[in-house]
Amino acid sequence: MQETKPTITIKGTRDGLILFIDENSSFEEILQDLIKKLDASTPQKEEPVVSVKVKLGHRYLTEEQRHQLKGIIEEKNRFQIEAMESDVIPIKDAKTWLDESQLKVVNQIVRSGQVLETKGDLLLIGDVNPGGRVRASGNIYIMGNLLGIAHAGIEGDQEAFIAASYMKPAQLRIAEYISRAPDYEADGVYMECGIIDPDQNKIVIDSIKTLSKQRKVISAFERRMNNG
Amino acid sequence: MGEAIVITSGKGGVGKTTTSANIGTSLALMDKKVCLIDTDIGLRNLDVIMGLENRIIYDIVDVIQGRCKLQQALIKDKRFDYLSLLPAAQTSDKSAVTTEGMKEIVSELKQEYDYIIIDCPAGIEQGFQNAIAGADRAIVVTTPENSSVRDADRIIGLIEKEDMIEPPRLIINRIRNHMMKNGDMLDIDDIVQLLAIDLIGIVADDEEMIKAANKGEPISLSPNFKASISYRNIARRILGETVPLQSLEEEKGFMQKVKAFFKI
Repeated sequence: MQETKPTITIKGTRDGLILFIDENSSFEEILQDLIKKLDASTPQKEEPVVSVKVKLGHRYLTEEQRHQLKGIIEEKNRFQIEAMESDVIPIKDAKTWLDESQLKVVNQIVRSGQVLETKGDLLLIGDVNPGGRVRASGNIYIMGNLLGIAHAGIEGDQEAFIAASYMKPAQLRIAEYISRAPDYEADGVYMECGIIDPDQNKIVIDSIKTLSKQRKVISAFERRMNNG
Repeated sequence: MGEAIVITSGKGGVGKTTTSANIGTSLALMDKKVCLIDTDIGLRNLDVIMGLENRIIYDIVDVIQGRCKLQQALIKDKRFDYLSLLPAAQTSDKSAVTTEGMKEIVSELKQEYDYIIIDCPAGIEQGFQNAIAGADRAIVVTTPENSSVRDADRIIGLIEKEDMIEPPRLIINRIRNHMMKNGDMLDIDDIVQLLAIDLIGIVADDEEMIKAANKGEPISLSPNFKASISYRNIARRILGETVPLQSLEEEKGFMQKVKAFFKI
């Protein structure tokens, strides 16, 4: 190699390796160099699995390229990719993120037979009557009575939750979890929220006050940013 | 130019037809020109409750299909000069009427009458769509039962999507005060809070109502019954009078008298 910048820089940290991939080299070059670099060190049998973080810089990889890269790194040596971080995302993804990140404020009564569905978080100012249904890909906040069905995280976000001023729902659904009202006549609860309790592996209803402990990051958008 | 009011409920058997007949009669008692339309094609009842069954020659389907003129099909009430009934057909089904045909009939009647009261069939299908097509306002009838309130909620949701002058108003029918007090029936306040529309009146359950219906004499003709007063109050509120919602208190007061009478 000449005096050019290396295409791949490897840094060791306490948590594992970080692979910096030069953003100006072509993808083929990177793959070749990567194979070379990895071949240089043959793994020993007893070596533990090392976690690797790949930093892509201002490079965008398609799903296929990501797969290729992952294949090379994980196959040859006993590495495990922990994350692939890129500083750029396509406009299309950004737009969907924006859509999903928005807090949609709706002021209506969701009556029997009506379905209100939104992307992102939903703030409903009004009641959900029995037989009515609200659905959101993020959290659901209801300033009113929840008497119908609420489904948060419809695209599978298990961190989503449902909060309401008054809660006496027919059903609460979060991601693929469903809980329903008890068969006996029960009073509703004020200022409570429903979240998935991972210990019990079901939806629990708890006071809104406890929410700050369980969910540090409330916005669905921030969660996605953090999780990549 | 008159005003068309549709009486609807979603659920069957809550008293739409009785309500239509009595509101129509009460409005006629106040010297308004009123036309009742029965849109329950195939299951007509309004003519029976009004006691006009034997006078039917043509019906609404005949008008829509052009077999007669609108004026020919209208039946004049035997008690009031300016109370008419446009009966439903008994032999056709609900698809015989179209929303356009309904709109035409209603707008023609509006030229001549002050109030057009449209009696809506149960359900949310074509018959319901026809009934609300020409209406300017809607009154939703419910009883203090969960199923009926649920259906009223659904109907209100559908009506809110229509182009009406104002949101629908609510009548709570068949109230049994002692059951409501014991908590065996839904409370009026709870119903109004859930449905979130204005209450235009409440009507107590009254055996006299069944008698009156069987005789073909709307109960609002005789002022001696509490239900009759309820309907008259509703009519006054339709006219824009502010009969204070004391009506609620009035009803309760009356019921208490009745209770005291029976020493319950």
